[in-house]
Amino acid sequence: MKKRVVLFGITAALALGLLCGCGKSEKKGTLTVFNYGEYMDPEVLDIFEEETGIEIKYEEALTPEEMYSKYISGAIGYDLLCTSDYMLQRLIDEGELQPFDIGSMEYKENIGDKYWEIARDFDPENQYVVPYFWGTVGILYDMTKVKEPVDSWEVLFNGQYAGDLIMQNSIRDAYMVALKYLGYSLNTTSEKEIREAHQLLLKQEPDVQAYLVDEARDEVVAGNAAMAVVYSGEAYLGHEYNENLEYVVPKEGSNIWLDGWGITKYCKDKDMAAQFLDFLCREDIAEKNFEYIYYSTPNEAVIENMDEELKNDRTIVPEESSMDNCELYLQMTPEITELYNDLWKELKAN
Amino acid sequence: MKRKYLSAPYLIWVVGFILLPLVTIAVSALMDKNGSFTLENILSIIDPINRQALLLSLGIAFGCTVICVLLAYPAAMVLKSLHLDKKGFAIFILILPMWMNFILRILAWQMILSNNGVLNLLLGKLGIGPLHISNSWVALMIGTVYDFLPFMILPIFNAISDIDEDTIEAARDLGAGSKAVFWKVILPLSAPGMVSGVIMVFVPAMTSFVIADILGGGKLQLIGNIIEQEFTKSMNWHAGSGLSISLMIFVLVSLAFTMKNDLKDKGTTVW
Amino acid sequence: MVKLKKALCKGYLALIIAFLYLPILMLIVLSFNNSRSRVTWGGFTLDWYVKLFSDSRILDALETTLALGFGSAAIATIIGTLGAVGIQAMKKRNYQVVMAVTNIPILNAEIVTGIALMLWFVRFMPLGFTSVLISHVTFNIPYVILSVMPKLRQLNLSVYEAARDLGANNSYAFVKIILPQIWSGILSGFFMALTMSMDDFVITYFTKGAGVNTLSTMIYGEIRKGIKPQMYALSTLIFVVIFVILLITNFLPDREKQQAEQSLRERKAY
Repeated sequence: MKKRVVLFGITAALALGLLCGCGKSEKKGTLTVFNYGEYMDPEVLDIFEEETGIEIKYEEALTPEEMYSKYISGAIGYDLLCTSDYMLQRLIDEGELQPFDIGSMEYKENIGDKYWEIARDFDPENQYVVPYFWGTVGILYDMTKVKEPVDSWEVLFNGQYAGDLIMQNSIRDAYMVALKYLGYSLNTTSEKEIREAHQLLLKQEPDVQAYLVDEARDEVVAGNAAMAVVYSGEAYLGHEYNENLEYVVPKEGSNIWLDGWGITKYCKDKDMAAQFLDFLCREDIAEKNFEYIYYSTPNEAVIENMDEELKNDRTIVPEESSMDNCELYLQMTPEITELYNDLWKELKAN
Repeated sequence: MKRKYLSAPYLIWVVGFILLPLVTIAVSALMDKNGSFTLENILSIIDPINRQALLLSLGIAFGCTVICVLLAYPAAMVLKSLHLDKKGFAIFILILPMWMNFILRILAWQMILSNNGVLNLLLGKLGIGPLHISNSWVALMIGTVYDFLPFMILPIFNAISDIDEDTIEAARDLGAGSKAVFWKVILPLSAPGMVSGVIMVFVPAMTSFVIADILGGGKLQLIGNIIEQEFTKSMNWHAGSGLSISLMIFVLVSLAFTMKNDLKDKGTTVW
Repeated sequence: MVKLKKALCKGYLALIIAFLYLPILMLIVLSFNNSRSRVTWGGFTLDWYVKLFSDSRILDALETTLALGFGSAAIATIIGTLGAVGIQAMKKRNYQVVMAVTNIPILNAEIVTGIALMLWFVRFMPLGFTSVLISHVTFNIPYVILSVMPKLRQLNLSVYEAARDLGANNSYAFVKIILPQIWSGILSGFFMALTMSMDDFVITYFTKGAGVNTLSTMIYGEIRKGIKPQMYALSTLIFVVIFVILLITNFLPDREKQQAEQSLRERKAY
């Protein structure tokens, strides 16, 4: 009896598996889209498919490096991908992205000039990348535990909150904090400066409760730590869950990041891909995505329509002045990359 | 048809989807960034930092395996003594927790063990604590044992429950006390199950990294973390491949060696 | 004294089971939490269960996950069981080599297996559902073999030889003599394989084609922004459904088994 049930289960499952394996019928065209996880309202995809009859095959990744690995293997011919500044730069440099006529996009004007300008750091002619979301890196802290207002990275290094702070578990974000505190550029190529930052982090290591990536926000929300280095988008969500949390971009400056879309060299129908990007810039669509993600949007039409509370939220619409000392990450030389990797391993082996 | 030919489909599978992909990794391990031959990637396992991570992994995996055996063996004995007429039930009870996603379960442990977590809340009610075990090797150990314990209980339970009651009876009739029955009959007969368990616990525990990232607070660097970092953060596939290959050889050799020595006396060869 | 000992034993087992189920309990509680954050309690709600059933993406992923799990576990169980039986009949030297290779998928860091398979597939087939299925079978087989092998070692082969001597052909002897004796090993191998497949993320991620999503890949995609509570609801449902099926199958009388026991008793009496 039992055997029969198991056998039946197996056959049913196999049949189901084969069914799923077969290709689906072709529509007007297909775009294979690669994006970060939870970085688009699923409804947006439905709307696009409905309006245009173009089918979207949607893929997600967690980190730019993961994305790069999967993209570069050529296993899947992605048409479009959304990733971060330095990875976009790498893809452009390696000839993986196609230039396209951004100027003729209907909703190009919705994206504010200053964001096109930021993108020029890695896409000098603005011919590859359409900005999607952006933000900063800063300190999220719990005002019930940290009485005096925080305005400097110093608070992470003076030992006052030993065992109560959380750092980012990624190489560049960790070293950026130390470099900026020391007054150096986060894109420095000077080995001396990087090693100096390394010494600072080594000294800080015993005080660090944990090096986390995505769980950092939750730890501060739950009151397990007094402060954490987080991305600005996380800060907004953190504040939603716990009103005592405050986010600050330290005065020494920080990293400013910009995620954007590019069309890959595998894309055969550039017009169709450009149509999708144009669609993402449309006010109603960009608004949907904003309300799904709550990161800072470069879409000025969306900002215009926000209610006052959101418009005045500095994590969503940062003040110009807080950006003064902020820099984008730029692609590093292989030598510097290797140096960072070795130092990072040494830091963690401590 | 001879019995050994039954393994033909498996052998084909082994060659097609285990060995050949492994060859691609081995080839990449033997190349440097410019595509010329090098042994550097393979030998980098003895760099001080990598070696330290390897030793830490070894310690964690070893400790975890020992704790798992100590916890699992009595549990398997008790399970057997319940005389469940359906063994499937016991198997299910042990496997069922794994039907909740691994990452969700590890995040749940983080919530239990953290400073303001459930454990400290309960201890606080009893007037103890708070314990600061989150983001430490203790939390890492708890998580690792938690994750692998069912893989130890199951094979041991399977092996024990297959011991013929008559054998035990016979030993008793011949005057063996319950201690002697355990050491001379039950333990040797259940050894194969324990060996399966040790392999299923020790080996993956050596290469795990997610638990260290979440419960160890990223402060403990296992060899799995380094390999993962070479692949996903440093984008140095050659170094990652080299480390994996040498780790693989290391584990296979040490496993083969210890197993052979340990079990020779008891009349069971494992490999 | 004996009673006390028995109670202690059962208490110990209860502790072990509590240890295994503690995080599960946490997740079940979270599925009723009226807050999107896992660390704040916003009161009791059933909203996530309602939302779950209108989320076609999650339901799609569930379907893929189940098809992948059952499919790969079934294939792995068949190939693995036959493999184990065959391997056991091999000469010692070959036996050692094959068993060493068998451990490789368990041994290799998942990311290595994942990338190796991806690079390998790219050479001759597009990534899609089939490539993930093959990958899952690959890392499932060792668990089947490791579950079946101990059973085979304890196997009483004299009955098999006797059956062969009495004229049973190989496959008949296999089905009638060997299979029943190793059945529990096969069963635990199957469920272990099923479980490993349901839980895998890394290998699935690197070998899946665009648009193929499993629950694991969805959950990982959600880590940054916070796990959607629908996921806790779904996990709870899966858990409860399986638990109920388990209880029913365990406490319903199994006719086949009763018959077998009865005939055994008759034979003994005879």
